[in-house]
Amino acid sequence: MTDTISALPFDHFSGFLKGEGIRIETGPFITRLQTKLTDVIENLALLYSDYPISTEAGFSDFHLDIHKPNSIRRWIHPQVNFTFDGITPFKPLPRPQAYAIFEWGLNWCISNYAHQYLIIHSAVLEKNGAAIVLPGIPGAGKSTLCAGLALSGWRLFSDEMALIEPSSGQLVSSPRPISLKNESINIIKNFSSSAVFGITINDTTKGSIAHLKPQIESIQRCKEKTTPRIIAFPKYRTGARTSLTPLTKSRAFMTLCENSFNYSIQGKLGFETIKSLISSCDCFEFEYSSLDEAIKTFDTLIEQME
Amino acid sequence: MNLVVEALVNPESVKNLSDTQWDLLIRQARSSELLAHLYHRFMAEGIFSSIPEKPKNHLKSDEVLATKQHEAARWEILQIYQALESIGTPLLLLKGAAYLHADLPPAPGRFFSDIDILVPKTVINDAEEKLHQWGWLTTHNDDYDQRYYRKWMHEIPPLQHVGRHSTIDVHHNILPLTARLHPDPEKMIQASVQIDESFELYTLCPADMILHSATHLFHDGELEHGLRDLVDLDRLLRHFGNDASFWETLINRANEIDLSRPLFYALRYTSKILNTPIPLKALNSKQLDKPAYPVQFFMDHLFLRALAPAHKSSNDWFTGIARWFLYIRSHYLRMPLHLLIPHLFYKAYLRPYKEWRENRGADSGKKTGGHKESESEIDIFE
Repeated sequence: MTDTISALPFDHFSGFLKGEGIRIETGPFITRLQTKLTDVIENLALLYSDYPISTEAGFSDFHLDIHKPNSIRRWIHPQVNFTFDGITPFKPLPRPQAYAIFEWGLNWCISNYAHQYLIIHSAVLEKNGAAIVLPGIPGAGKSTLCAGLALSGWRLFSDEMALIEPSSGQLVSSPRPISLKNESINIIKNFSSSAVFGITINDTTKGSIAHLKPQIESIQRCKEKTTPRIIAFPKYRTGARTSLTPLTKSRAFMTLCENSFNYSIQGKLGFETIKSLISSCDCFEFEYSSLDEAIKTFDTLIEQME
Repeated sequence: MNLVVEALVNPESVKNLSDTQWDLLIRQARSSELLAHLYHRFMAEGIFSSIPEKPKNHLKSDEVLATKQHEAARWEILQIYQALESIGTPLLLLKGAAYLHADLPPAPGRFFSDIDILVPKTVINDAEEKLHQWGWLTTHNDDYDQRYYRKWMHEIPPLQHVGRHSTIDVHHNILPLTARLHPDPEKMIQASVQIDESFELYTLCPADMILHSATHLFHDGELEHGLRDLVDLDRLLRHFGNDASFWETLINRANEIDLSRPLFYALRYTSKILNTPIPLKALNSKQLDKPAYPVQFFMDHLFLRALAPAHKSSNDWFTGIARWFLYIRSHYLRMPLHLLIPHLFYKAYLRPYKEWRENRGADSGKKTGGHKESESEIDIFE
């Protein structure tokens, strides 16, 4: 897969999506996507323009189709459906959320069908060969911090899922557009003039969401794995002073387990993997309200590391 | 193109697959619930390491899930054992749970959604009560369903654990009481074999185990995992068939418990589809209850399609019709028409009407009704 979407005329790109589908490579996963929905096609053309793609047949990890259900609902309160190789795992969503169902659906595929990795609900970024893992419950400000770092010279691994290879303990990179919600969208728009956003989708169960296009370097270097060095549990609190508090390894261990999608499925191997992750990392609780200060904190922390 | 059957019959053949063929094989294997099974087959054949990285990951991922499920099932089996210990009758495991606990060849990588057990009909009420005390509650709260199961079926309505959501099917027979064939569960219980050194856990004897699996697949019409169930039969027949005297025992037993027809189909289609080595003497045995030639010809057309992977790549114009015919056949075999027709009428019209009446006003407009849709909300974890 050497072509990128930007090298393909839009008409061809759109034609393939509407027909046999396009295969898009996001790190270790290849997704074959078919869709006839123009908003999805346009948003993909913008957000995925730097990703390797192929219009040829070959191995794909996930075969996805985003389409309108074949029912009367096509006309009254239109909806959108997500199918995974012919299976429809969820109830349809309102039609305007078509692009979101693609991103959510792909996350669902990874968390359900990629148990070769231990998967933790977490943002992951790398600088100077060392990675930080930012696990977080929804609303903790994980994605905002992740977007800020990604726009400040950090290499994005993922804004949602830390993929850890149990055999090596290394983090695998699968950079995708960063999903931002509500106020975070404007915070990041104001933070960097170079931030490129896809369409804003309103009225989802999470409010308004928009996706930030990842920096090209993250995509080009996505085959480079890295060693985790810092685990920080971020927490955004209005007016809070920036504070990085060391966290005991035992506490960090338990919280990571709670934030893992497949820790319990992995059994003993899951335990060993988290154990080795914890022992190779410094663990912190991180509270912030200023994004600039937060980025400075992590820049300093990573520079001090050997 | 049926790549999954090709891989099952001749695992070495996957060495020559292109990326596009691997793509199709993984998809067919997933829709047949055979990914983890193939992982173990490739491992046993020593070819797993030569498989390309990407398909390998999918086999591995599914194997992780199967192992987790087996661990959980082993624990559930002991819970059920403890719950029923005081009744004083042996606990008999069936199908997936039995293969797992007895460490039989179909077990590695096999998924099963519920644990099937067989108890004598005389103690079924006690068993239900004990399981209730341990947290397994009935799942069908509809009066009609409860009556239907208890009056006509070979099992009580499935029980589900309140906390862990594990499901048990408690059987007292292997076919509905209304079915055309009448296997005697007493005989099967008497012939059962112990499969645990420390606990009084039993399963059907080898011949009965094969006959049960065959009956489930070819008489009871659950073709949802048709190919996977055929693989079970293939593994069991290869395993027990190593002993040359087994085939005669099997055929005689089939006649003894009225399951000769399902055995005929099992032998015919495992050998036809999965190349199961069945001695010609057994395959052509006069003792087997074969259907008349035209019927056999027709059934071949139905089963050879219905037993292909449930993936669109294996379908032809007749596949849908074949599955539909077999569905109708399974109902016909389950119940005489004077019971079946009112039952289907209830399911098709009366129940939706009752539900509509009960839901009217409660949540108007929420359900589109009739149309079968996925019930789960999308998981948004960001």
